[in-house]
Amino acid sequence: MIEIRFHGRGGQGTVVASKILADALAKEGNYVQAYPEFGVERRGAPVFAFIRIDNKPIYDKSKIYNPDHVVVVDPTLVEAIDVTEGLKDGGYIIINSNNPPEHFKFPPKFKVFTIDATEIAVKHRLGTLAAPIVNTAITGAVVKILKLTRLESLVEAIREGIPIKPEDNVKAAIEAYERA
Amino acid sequence: MKKVIMGNHALSYGAMLSRAQVIAAYPITPQTQVVELLSEMCADGTLNAKFIKVESEHSAMAACLGASLAGARTFTATSAQGLALMHEMLHWAAGGRMPVVMGNINRAMAPGWSIWTDQNDSLSERDTGWIQFYCSSNQEVLDTVIQAFKVSEKLMIPSMIILDAFALSHTYEVVEIPEQARVDQFLPPFNPPWRLTPDDPHAFGGLTSPDHYMELRFKLQKDMEKVPALVEETGKEYEKLFGRYLGQVEEYLCADAELVFVTSGTAGYTARVAVDELRQKGIKAGNLRIKLFRPFPFERVRAILSRVPKVAVLDRNISYGHHGIFYQEVKSALYGQPSSPLVFGFIAGLGGRDITRDSFQEIADYTLRKNKAEEEIVWIGVKK
Repeated sequence: MIEIRFHGRGGQGTVVASKILADALAKEGNYVQAYPEFGVERRGAPVFAFIRIDNKPIYDKSKIYNPDHVVVVDPTLVEAIDVTEGLKDGGYIIINSNNPPEHFKFPPKFKVFTIDATEIAVKHRLGTLAAPIVNTAITGAVVKILKLTRLESLVEAIREGIPIKPEDNVKAAIEAYERA
Repeated sequence: MKKVIMGNHALSYGAMLSRAQVIAAYPITPQTQVVELLSEMCADGTLNAKFIKVESEHSAMAACLGASLAGARTFTATSAQGLALMHEMLHWAAGGRMPVVMGNINRAMAPGWSIWTDQNDSLSERDTGWIQFYCSSNQEVLDTVIQAFKVSEKLMIPSMIILDAFALSHTYEVVEIPEQARVDQFLPPFNPPWRLTPDDPHAFGGLTSPDHYMELRFKLQKDMEKVPALVEETGKEYEKLFGRYLGQVEEYLCADAELVFVTSGTAGYTARVAVDELRQKGIKAGNLRIKLFRPFPFERVRAILSRVPKVAVLDRNISYGHHGIFYQEVKSALYGQPSSPLVFGFIAGLGGRDITRDSFQEIADYTLRKNKAEEEIVWIGVKK
């Protein structure tokens, strides 16, 4: 079983990112469970999304406290909260950032990877310059680094699950996948 | 077709595949998305049903009852305060023998305001005469809606499909969505023995004197008693077509168990994982998940638990001044049996507090340590 926690801010599409990932994983025959933080979301406030992945039915319905990996959709959260809370040793911290991994001061027991999903999203005109929608780009990097699905499954999931500008979102995901 | 959907939408798809004809609902978190999707399905023609917007849950159920009396297959969904506001109409549905099917997302009752899960909303409606199913996965939610229509319409008793707030309602899981044609094969159109129609006028729910009232209630109870066997029969028929069995309870590794958890809802699935972990440590644990709560599956519960030394009942609810409600039911089922296990009652997870594998470890530790149930309630996870 793999458990992943997403950190983002309300309005960035963090929950949608976990859903797209779940769709892509399900296409390859995996069992998945994806859920947002149980509660109310506000635009701009820190939000969480979670995903469990297994090759057999998932019976554990409790929350995820010790994720294998975390994905940070909004880099300002690294300063605001402890994104490594409960993270298992050896886990990846995948951050949307234009800084290199060394820029972030995490204990060496974690593996840090950065991808400039914001730049990719802006390039493909997703969202606005002030508020780019980075969720599809980040999924491209996540599936590559964590070896979760084939790119084709992710592309299919984006085409089916993103109603606005699906092809631009697909391009963003492919670019992030190739850069990762 | 496999689809990744949330529990709320599993209810919507269940109602769609059952070809519900009238849906009257009022939104309340976390139920809102159930009726949002259904209203979209009605608007774009996916579902050929009349969607009635109403001003409250009381009216939602009242509209469902009118439609049901007129012979329409009827669906609604609600949560917590919304269900409480329907209370009067719930008695009307069961007493008037109107087979409405309703989804209820278990949400704790206010105050304090909560949108998180516990079972006190649905269990407060225990004695209204509704069949109650508690679900543990989105697949089970969808499958139960379809089967509930069949059971309800056969006996003319309404059904409530119950799922945990967030842990199912907002959680995406892989769900096999059955083909419409096969659901049609399983569930024929609703054809009630009597209906409200100008062609053959009758009064429904009129003044009933002491000469007649009691017989109506006797008949309701007698038909309720037919539910367990019908749920099993319907489940087998469904299994033949779709490969999944519903049934009254789910028994997991109970046969040789020294300790069996009695659970429901999503905690009933987490318990299975806890059982696996305990067994790895050499403790013979098992799990009995109650799916059909009303009518209570007395025979199945007795048959499974009477051979078990210790039973730990987990309640995500409380009857104030008494104890956990499933605990009461289990003790009542076992009373007077020739061999009865030691039964312990635990309360956990009120107002959405998480029930984890560790919760079950704590319950197991307590139960295995004690040789009698010294306390009526053992609280799990209460901050001191």
